[in-house]
Amino acid sequence: MLTHEEQTEIEAEMAHYPVKESVCIDALKIVQRHRGWVSDETLQDVAQFLEMSVEQLDGVATFYNLIFRKPVGRHVIFYCDSVSCWLLGCNRLRDDLSQKLGIRSGQTTADGRFTLLPIVCLGACDHAPVIMVDSDLHRDVTSQTVSGILEKYE
Amino acid sequence: MPLQEKPLTSAIPADGSAPELKGYHSTGGYEAARNSLKLEPAKVTDMVKQSNLRGRGGAGFPTGTKWSFVPLGKDAPHPKYLAANADEMEPGTFKDRLLMEGNPHLLIEGMIIACHAIEADVAYIFLRGEYTVSAKRLEKALAEAYQAGYLGKNIFKTGKHLEMYLHLSAGRYMCGEETGLLNALEGKRANPRAKPPFPQTSGLWGKPTIVQNVETLCNLPCIVTNGPDWYKKLSYTADGGTKLYGASGKVKNPGLWELPMGTTVREILEEHAGGMRDGVKFRGLLPGGASTDFLTEQHLDIRMDFTEVQKAGSRMGTGTMIILDDQNCPVGMVANLTHFFSQESCGWCTPCWSGLSWASQMLDALETGKGKPEFLDYLAHETTFWSPGNTFCALAPGAAEPLQSALKYFREDFERHITEKRCPWS
Repeated sequence: MLTHEEQTEIEAEMAHYPVKESVCIDALKIVQRHRGWVSDETLQDVAQFLEMSVEQLDGVATFYNLIFRKPVGRHVIFYCDSVSCWLLGCNRLRDDLSQKLGIRSGQTTADGRFTLLPIVCLGACDHAPVIMVDSDLHRDVTSQTVSGILEKYE
Repeated sequence: MPLQEKPLTSAIPADGSAPELKGYHSTGGYEAARNSLKLEPAKVTDMVKQSNLRGRGGAGFPTGTKWSFVPLGKDAPHPKYLAANADEMEPGTFKDRLLMEGNPHLLIEGMIIACHAIEADVAYIFLRGEYTVSAKRLEKALAEAYQAGYLGKNIFKTGKHLEMYLHLSAGRYMCGEETGLLNALEGKRANPRAKPPFPQTSGLWGKPTIVQNVETLCNLPCIVTNGPDWYKKLSYTADGGTKLYGASGKVKNPGLWELPMGTTVREILEEHAGGMRDGVKFRGLLPGGASTDFLTEQHLDIRMDFTEVQKAGSRMGTGTMIILDDQNCPVGMVANLTHFFSQESCGWCTPCWSGLSWASQMLDALETGKGKPEFLDYLAHETTFWSPGNTFCALAPGAAEPLQSALKYFREDFERHITEKRCPWS
């Protein structure tokens, strides 16, 4: 069941579209904000609320990379792997992150604190390499500064 | 010499903040929107046509001409829509971020003007989800504009109505493609749509729709205020206005600058970006994002506008240059770019989903010393299938550009990977 709060938030967004199911991406983002990710059960609840088929909604959910269909850690680290960051050494930064966290890209630490994921160009190429942790952008990241950045995320 | 004015960025505070409505008013904010509403919609479109404003998202389509296909008058279908394409995701591009973070009211004002020209009832700002600072500032600016009576019912006390919403996207490069964006706004997978029908007559929910890049929309207030002749004088060339140019890679001073349209590649690279870092040599550059052909030393004196860069065999694209230096491997760079395009393909048409993943694997093999001599001809031949007419949208044609030009300009580097059976840079 969607909570009253989730339903209210989805309905507020629904007013922006002439067709009910057009709100589905906003709806998935809203429930993900409350629950961390979108489980099969959550997907069914959202589909029912929007009077869509589960299959149609899952087709949408699995298309968009910011919708998580698997559990993630308390914090998600996105490292940019696009061209400007590549020129400035993002592969080394990714390997450093992997080593510090003891996980590969796509995995979550055993304590559930961090998930490490690649992301396409974050649009801060004059400060490459960059990473995003949750909703915060960090620029000019180096192997030296990255530990200090991660400390802020408990 | 062009006029030395910076209509897009002059009001952006140097401290990284954004002007609130009061500050925006103090620089003449919303007067252009107010004045445009006094003009007939077709007159606004005419002004934009005369200004030679071309779309800043990369394709360079003349903005006024695009609008002229939208049906106007009492028999036109309603609601009509405007979507600001704020899904900035072209690798190497960071210009719309500056405009939205630095002066969100300028975008809103530009959108009000565009909506009036096409008689739109509803506007969306389609913003990529990762732009969280832009989202906060646009939300606040939208609330201020509603409060001031510039949005909502009876805007500027003219009896006209305009609703404007912020839509936060959930990722995928495909959403920046015009018709992919429409599908995403409708809550669908962002596959492209076949054209015709064109969005101008049948876009969002089957109604007339214009999709326009953020930077393009931000140009509208100064055109309305100062007129098309003034706007054309901002440029070195026939394409009107200023342009946000950028540079990233191993240059001394990577950044973003508002300069006259048609500033040379050399001036951007050497004066504004400060040239290459010490000890690093220039090899080539992508002039406007990942989906543009490489330019090299011989092209440095061309002017960065839509026409001149095309004559040199590339495209100005987004105008934000990505610079390749001699310490980075050209094959590795192209492998990175092709991986990006392959990953971001929506899977809708075969040359793209099949061809790009195949080329990506072949480039990875080359980069790791497992390439064969015939790979280079295979790759060159493959890019000929990624052309408009074979694909629904511009993603695969864009992917072809860096690869085909790298095979031309960096052929020896590709060949060394094959003969030495390793990456010479590793």
